[in-house]
Amino acid sequence: MTDRRNFLIGGGAVLSAAFAPRLAYARAATDRRFVFIIQRGAADGLAMLMPTGDPGFAPLRGAWAEDASAARRLDGMFALHPALSGMAGLYDAGQALFAHAVASPYRDRSHFDGQNVLETGGAAAYTVKDGWLNRLLTLLPRDDARAIAVAATVPLALRGGREVASYAPSALPDASGDLMARVTQLYAEDPQLHALWAKALQTRQLAQEAGGDAGRDAAATGALAARLLAPADGARIAMIETGGWDTHAGQRGRLNTQLKALDAMVGALKTGLGPAWDRTLVLVATEFGRTARINGTGGTDHGTATATMLLGGTVLGKRVVADWPGLSKLYEDRDLTPTTDLDALIAGAVAGHFGIDPARTMATLFPGSTGRRPVAGLIRA
Amino acid sequence: MALAEIAWNRFGLGARGDASPPADPKRWLADQFERWNPRPAALAGIATTVVAGQAVAQAQAELRMVRQERRATQAEAKPDAMRMAADPPDTRAAQIRRGVRQFYLDGVAARTTAAVASETPFVERLTHFWSNHFAVSADKLEVTGLAAAFEFDAIRPHVLGRFHDLLVAVEHHPAMLLYLDQAQSVGPDSPFGQRRVGGRAGLNENLAREILELHTLGVRTGYAQGDVTELARALTGWTVAGLGRGGPRIVPGQLGDAVFVPALHQPGPRTILGRQYREGGAEQSAAVLADLAVHPATAKHIATKLVRHFIADDPPPAAVARVEAAFLSSRGDLPTVYRTLLAAPEAWVPGTPKFRTPWEWTVAAMRAIDAPAVEGRGLVNLFGQLGQPIWRPGQPVGFDDIAASWAGPDALMRRIEAAERLAGRLREPPDPRALAARLFPASLAPITAAAIARAESPAQGLALLFVAPQFLRR
Repeated sequence: MTDRRNFLIGGGAVLSAAFAPRLAYARAATDRRFVFIIQRGAADGLAMLMPTGDPGFAPLRGAWAEDASAARRLDGMFALHPALSGMAGLYDAGQALFAHAVASPYRDRSHFDGQNVLETGGAAAYTVKDGWLNRLLTLLPRDDARAIAVAATVPLALRGGREVASYAPSALPDASGDLMARVTQLYAEDPQLHALWAKALQTRQLAQEAGGDAGRDAAATGALAARLLAPADGARIAMIETGGWDTHAGQRGRLNTQLKALDAMVGALKTGLGPAWDRTLVLVATEFGRTARINGTGGTDHGTATATMLLGGTVLGKRVVADWPGLSKLYEDRDLTPTTDLDALIAGAVAGHFGIDPARTMATLFPGSTGRRPVAGLIRA
Repeated sequence: MALAEIAWNRFGLGARGDASPPADPKRWLADQFERWNPRPAALAGIATTVVAGQAVAQAQAELRMVRQERRATQAEAKPDAMRMAADPPDTRAAQIRRGVRQFYLDGVAARTTAAVASETPFVERLTHFWSNHFAVSADKLEVTGLAAAFEFDAIRPHVLGRFHDLLVAVEHHPAMLLYLDQAQSVGPDSPFGQRRVGGRAGLNENLAREILELHTLGVRTGYAQGDVTELARALTGWTVAGLGRGGPRIVPGQLGDAVFVPALHQPGPRTILGRQYREGGAEQSAAVLADLAVHPATAKHIATKLVRHFIADDPPPAAVARVEAAFLSSRGDLPTVYRTLLAAPEAWVPGTPKFRTPWEWTVAAMRAIDAPAVEGRGLVNLFGQLGQPIWRPGQPVGFDDIAASWAGPDALMRRIEAAERLAGRLREPPDPRALAARLFPASLAPITAAAIARAESPAQGLALLFVAPQFLRR
């Protein structure tokens, strides 16, 4: 019984579909492209971008020292997770900027509420109805072409007054690995369903033994996004949804799979965009971070501050931007303390990228942000 | 609260997401008999039996012409050209078949929309129950075109009437006459049968056997092969114009209509279950059906199936006995039978003894989120993947009504995949925590609540709600 569960959580093959990405697009008259990759489920910033130079890090994350020693050193303080090798290359090329100790205005630990804040740009959950990515369209020169939409449904961040269609390549036939892991927990106390489910997983496992490249789905989604963004009359803004980041148990293996997929997705975007990559900005962000300490099941629980990524040809990269709070004192004695405002980071990056007024961008995208100022200098002049 | 959940789930189609628990759950169920609308808005635009029957008959006539033309062409052509002609897809025939299939697709969509929207879900469930009890299977083209009309025209109007009226409507519907080959059956000594020498026209006892075995008395209840044959003889004459034996001269009436044709009827008196039925054309089999409809074996058969459907896979004998007695004393008055079922203490035992069929489960999920309408093709694919293609059980016994038939490893995996897709299609998914609390005000299991609360997105939370143990069962 327990073996089956452990196997599911730790096994890579079963989880290969966890990424299960979906896309959504909008069009605006500009030759600049912007892609928002949302990490649903709270991605662990301390694992993606490890503060190996902080003396507090090893005591907190000692059990995962292997990842830390294999991580790519970016500077004296930070190292990039070994699964993100493509991004390390972008960093070297000056096309990747990582920000740390970042958080949206949301301070509680509910996924739903946190994602609502992340996507609406509100100061609190359910205070704003439409998404900041849709409001961004109002700041860009209006194009005569209709807005294009691509994804099964339009995610909240893209919803609003401006028309945004959606396109999904095809319904993914398999349930995502993350959902399957949760179903395993859900059936733990139900003898009939537990037995049926164990058998179902076994069958699925056998069927997948041959294949199971974690990054294949993600790369395909990245390539599809690139095809829709690359043409001169193509989409200019895209959003890709990824899931599977809620690593309460067996985090090392799962996160490795997740990050490989993310790395493959960004790589496929870059390859597919070709020369247009030079005019592209990719934002990778999640609703909040995870606990600094490892929990009792080899995972981490819902936290506060995390890491955010800016990638692409317009990024003033090869930098880690962080007002590092240190790990000696944790937020509420459990989480990385937030010191950088995610809203300000996004507003600064987007304003610089599209050449629009930063203050107006901040006010439009994040209407509750009075007093906060966008972060400057993220984008090449 | 607990009783409200039983009323919603065990007897209804699952709570709608905006529902509040009925104050008097038993009364809420019984009151639905007063509010029942056999043809709600969702079915308004659906082809009637007359329209669908005519279209099916016409399609068959056209297909015959296509085949004749093809044979003529092939007869003229040289041998190698003949092979070529057989290869390309027969687009005209395919078009004709598609046209008929559209009735089926529209019907599945309408049935689903009606179930998702229904304010009288107990009666709606009863129509599904009877539709499966008197199963036709949309495998032949004729039945594919008429399956929806069968449920909407033969079952729905009679679900709150007498069992006898329901039985007659069902056995005389063209879908049933075609599905169980009655339309092909000819009395050997009938005027038509006498003219036909060489044995092509004769008795077909398929419908007669299933009436006794499945529709009324039940299997192994004492009838013999002689009873089956005699009932088959009594039923001769019933056919479908344009789709059965005999041309328009012998079988008058509008194409696709069920008709009784004296020229096809086997003359003479009949003896069935020891009872004499004098010669009387259509009235002969009508008299048999009237007796079968109130037969003690029928009462026991129907009572057992109803209790199994609504209460437990192994029907509690006491509950069966009470429903059976109500059936007999009321001479098959269905509302009386249903009220007795609702009054059975076994019906209100806490827990979720029944595993939802794919149809029940999908409708419950769609009601919970007030799912946007799905077109027929998508639903047909969905129900096919889940293992319960609507109106296509493949055999006259219908779909099984016990957990063992539905709770399998692969079936479970498919539900989880379907749950993810159903939840993922929602533009603005409701908060699954609040929804779960509304759907299960008394019994939400902590493990389910926790899994939903921990979900990484509202859509995932919904998917987990749909596949939770208490949602898979009722």
